[in-house]
Amino acid sequence: MTLVDMLSYAYPELVLAIGSMALLITGVFMGENSAQKISLASIAVLAIAVAFVVFRPAVGGATIFADAFRIDGFSEFVKTVLYITAGFAIMMSHRYFQGDDNWRFEYPILILLSVFGMSLMVSANDLIALYMGIETQSLALYVLASINRDSRRSTEAGLKYFVLGALSSCLMLYGASLIYGFTGSVSFTEIAKIAETSGGENVGLIIGLVFLISGLAFKVSAAPFHMWTPDVYEGAPTPVTAFFAAAPKFAAMALFIRVLMTAFPTALADWQMVIALIAVASMMVGAFSAIAQTNIKRLMAYSSIGHVGYALMGLAAGTAPGVSSILIYMTIYIVMTIGAFACILMMRRRGGLTEDISDLSGLTKTNMPLALVLTILLFSLAGIPPMAGFFGKWYVFVAAVDAGLVWLAILGVLASAVSAYYYLRIVWFMWFDEPAPAFERDVGPALQMTAGVSAIMVFPILVIFIGVLYQAADRAAAALF
Amino acid sequence: MITESFAQQPWLSFTVFAPLLGAILIAVARVMARTDDDGVIAKKDQEQLASNARRVAMITTIGVLVVSLVAYSQFDPSIAGFQLVEQAAWLGGGISYKMGVDGISILFVLLTTFIMPICILASWNSIKDRVADYMIAFLVLETLMLGVFCALDLFVFYIFFEASLIPMFLIIGVWGSKGTKEFAGYTMPSRVYAAVKFFLFTLVGSLLLLVAMAWMYSKAGTTDIPTLQQFEFSHGAQRWLWIAFFASFAVKMPMWPVHTWLPDAHVQAPTAGSVVLAAILLKMGGYGFLRFSLPMFPLASLDFAPLVYALSIVAIIYTSLVALAQEDMKKLIAYSSVAHMGFVTMGIFTGTKQGIEGGLFQMLSHGFISGALFLCVGVVYDRMHTREIAAYGGLVHRMPIYAFLFLFFTLGNVGLPGTSGFVGEILAMTGAFKVNSWIAFFAAFGVILSAAYALRLYRQVIYGELVKEALFEIPDVNWREWAPLGLLMAFALFLGFYPGPALDVFSPAVDLLIENYDAALSAGGQ
Repeated sequence: MTLVDMLSYAYPELVLAIGSMALLITGVFMGENSAQKISLASIAVLAIAVAFVVFRPAVGGATIFADAFRIDGFSEFVKTVLYITAGFAIMMSHRYFQGDDNWRFEYPILILLSVFGMSLMVSANDLIALYMGIETQSLALYVLASINRDSRRSTEAGLKYFVLGALSSCLMLYGASLIYGFTGSVSFTEIAKIAETSGGENVGLIIGLVFLISGLAFKVSAAPFHMWTPDVYEGAPTPVTAFFAAAPKFAAMALFIRVLMTAFPTALADWQMVIALIAVASMMVGAFSAIAQTNIKRLMAYSSIGHVGYALMGLAAGTAPGVSSILIYMTIYIVMTIGAFACILMMRRRGGLTEDISDLSGLTKTNMPLALVLTILLFSLAGIPPMAGFFGKWYVFVAAVDAGLVWLAILGVLASAVSAYYYLRIVWFMWFDEPAPAFERDVGPALQMTAGVSAIMVFPILVIFIGVLYQAADRAAAALF
Repeated sequence: MITESFAQQPWLSFTVFAPLLGAILIAVARVMARTDDDGVIAKKDQEQLASNARRVAMITTIGVLVVSLVAYSQFDPSIAGFQLVEQAAWLGGGISYKMGVDGISILFVLLTTFIMPICILASWNSIKDRVADYMIAFLVLETLMLGVFCALDLFVFYIFFEASLIPMFLIIGVWGSKGTKEFAGYTMPSRVYAAVKFFLFTLVGSLLLLVAMAWMYSKAGTTDIPTLQQFEFSHGAQRWLWIAFFASFAVKMPMWPVHTWLPDAHVQAPTAGSVVLAAILLKMGGYGFLRFSLPMFPLASLDFAPLVYALSIVAIIYTSLVALAQEDMKKLIAYSSVAHMGFVTMGIFTGTKQGIEGGLFQMLSHGFISGALFLCVGVVYDRMHTREIAAYGGLVHRMPIYAFLFLFFTLGNVGLPGTSGFVGEILAMTGAFKVNSWIAFFAAFGVILSAAYALRLYRQVIYGELVKEALFEIPDVNWREWAPLGLLMAFALFLGFYPGPALDVFSPAVDLLIENYDAALSAGGQ
């Protein structure tokens, strides 16, 4: 395969890399007031990248750059979702920064760069590509968390994220070096072959794998590596939090799947229980810790930890239906999360954002459309049918039960009953309580559109066409097996 | 063998989703209404919106009733299997959108479509706040309830079953009565407490059903109900699955000891909410037992029947005694509902024709009678804004028509021969007698106790001297109140004297159920 042939498979990444650099130079020349144009151009770049993924699929998959980079149905599915998510995230941010008068053109470019990193993660096929992808993504995210550089909370969030993120990178690197040491290869396919022949006797390999899992669990913010999540989510500017809660999680989850399914499929017996316990811990932390939260961003942080727990249940199954259930779950989760954060961004009073749950009191009397959208999204997050969130849970539970993990599914439903309580609490504030002062009505079309689209997706579009999503995810998952 | 005959026209889907049309219409009007900056609709527009919403809801529910009757006219009661079946691809892989009814479910469909216009009528004047939202919630609830009874796929059933929590949660929480409650150190409005309790109790129960459903799907590869009914799960698996299904339906039913959400929910819900809850939502539990537990897990049903008998007897006797001690009219009727549902569960798990038909009949009759009793309480509540029994007395002097109607439904609740309540109870007890005479012996106490609490309620509210000053000017029922009560009375009387028509409809389906049940038991060596 010539270099040109190889590059032809990496068009989306090239578009992102070249696009972001070109926009960076343009932004520097145009000055501070170019932010709006740059953000529109960034969305266009993402749209082009999506077009490349969707219209030029690598039929049957391809591995390029000396086995480091894998393009297949799986990576294409994840990338499509990630790029669209990033586009919505940029769109949602517009108004937020405008109000604070520091809407910088670096913001959309940083998102593009982090998405570029995510693309590398999703397609990583060896340990070095894995690490490079994660670091490219993370460095951009650290800066994004502290993009509000005059705000102490934002800076603090960025610093915390950086310190803990560096720690997790260390864990991962250590794990990777152990794996390399005990197998003599960094390529996932090679590792899989060696792991198969040496089996469970290769203790060093398993220890390395555990370190790698720890680092990845940090990136998807699964318990017990979740400590940074609430603080970073609360401190980071809200649009950034929306992006954090959606895209990086899915990218890290995809990488998690790829590592375990392509490099360690034969070690399933060794890592299945680890993943299952991480899943249980995450679901429980997500369910119980969120009950006491009054800040809605913190609550969403714990909720996201819980949701990762459900998704990991599909991974613990270690089967093709398990992988496809994660893809379905995370796609639906992203739709709900983006919509919920769009609603949170509309909680605006006298020019400032409010973040307390009690500010939503009596919202049905002051702003019915917003209350209705948020109600649909919250019931969906709680996994109550007929919202899409329920279907995500269904596929995950079926995958777990299919793999013989009935106890995991039972713990999962119990956790979801607990978590239903805190989603319900917000609903009852909105519907049953006396109204708090109304939010500002003029929120801009971008947020309204994002929230409305996600609510309509959650119910009824994804519900009616869930079969389509299922088939797409099924095809994507089949690429790994 | 369970036969399925497909429908020429999608009558069931049309019946199920027709209420949504009305809901969408009201929602559009609601959204189009002009609001000021605080999101408040102008007073005049609000009144216009409210009266339009009432009319649209009324027309819709009556329209649905007509559609359901048309569907019924296509239904042949002499055929035991599923009829009017429709199927469309949905999730793929063994889960499809499938609707169909048999003799058991068609009657619940008709009960639902019949009760709904009455509920709308009962809310006509008593709901003054956020009328449009209220009507939307009720119409959505009707769709979901009908969906539960028509679904012929377990997955579809679960979605309707679970989704019905959402509108009911909002109905109790938004339009519930006033008052506060201390709970876990917080003071919250008691309607909120009741709504959340209702939601979480039912949710926890049905989540176990979800796991069971996932397991059945992974074993049988489908959630198609007729297929699952013929799929023979192993004896050990049946027990676990039975427990999971039982957890869900027992909460919904509700059976002792998981009934505690019901009195709270009934007391707090607006009148029409209580009517729907008592007349239809509770029946989903009994329907679930008949549709799933008995046919799908016959061996486990036999194993666990003593447990069900015990819980039913406790429910019948214990909750009747609790009802005796109530100061609140709605709470008393709520507890009496739990006791009456005890007869239903007892009858169903006898596995005999009389028992199952008695359970079914009791559910139908309870739908008319307890619904009517809640309407009766609503009548005086709308006038006096209290449900305290002690606040009333001597109403017969001012409200003779009301006293007559209330008396009839009180006697129906007691199970007086001539009312439909009698037929259900006697059949259920006959079924129980065939299995074990002690069960019937204890259940008979329930009949005596029900007379005690129901007549006490009646005496204290209606009889005696009219001494309370607040009651001196209380007006008798108006047509909007007596018309639905009269209609319900006609049904209860008709079925009490001549239960044939109802029995004829579900009898073939019950025969088939028992035939398959007995066959499965003998195949399982029981």
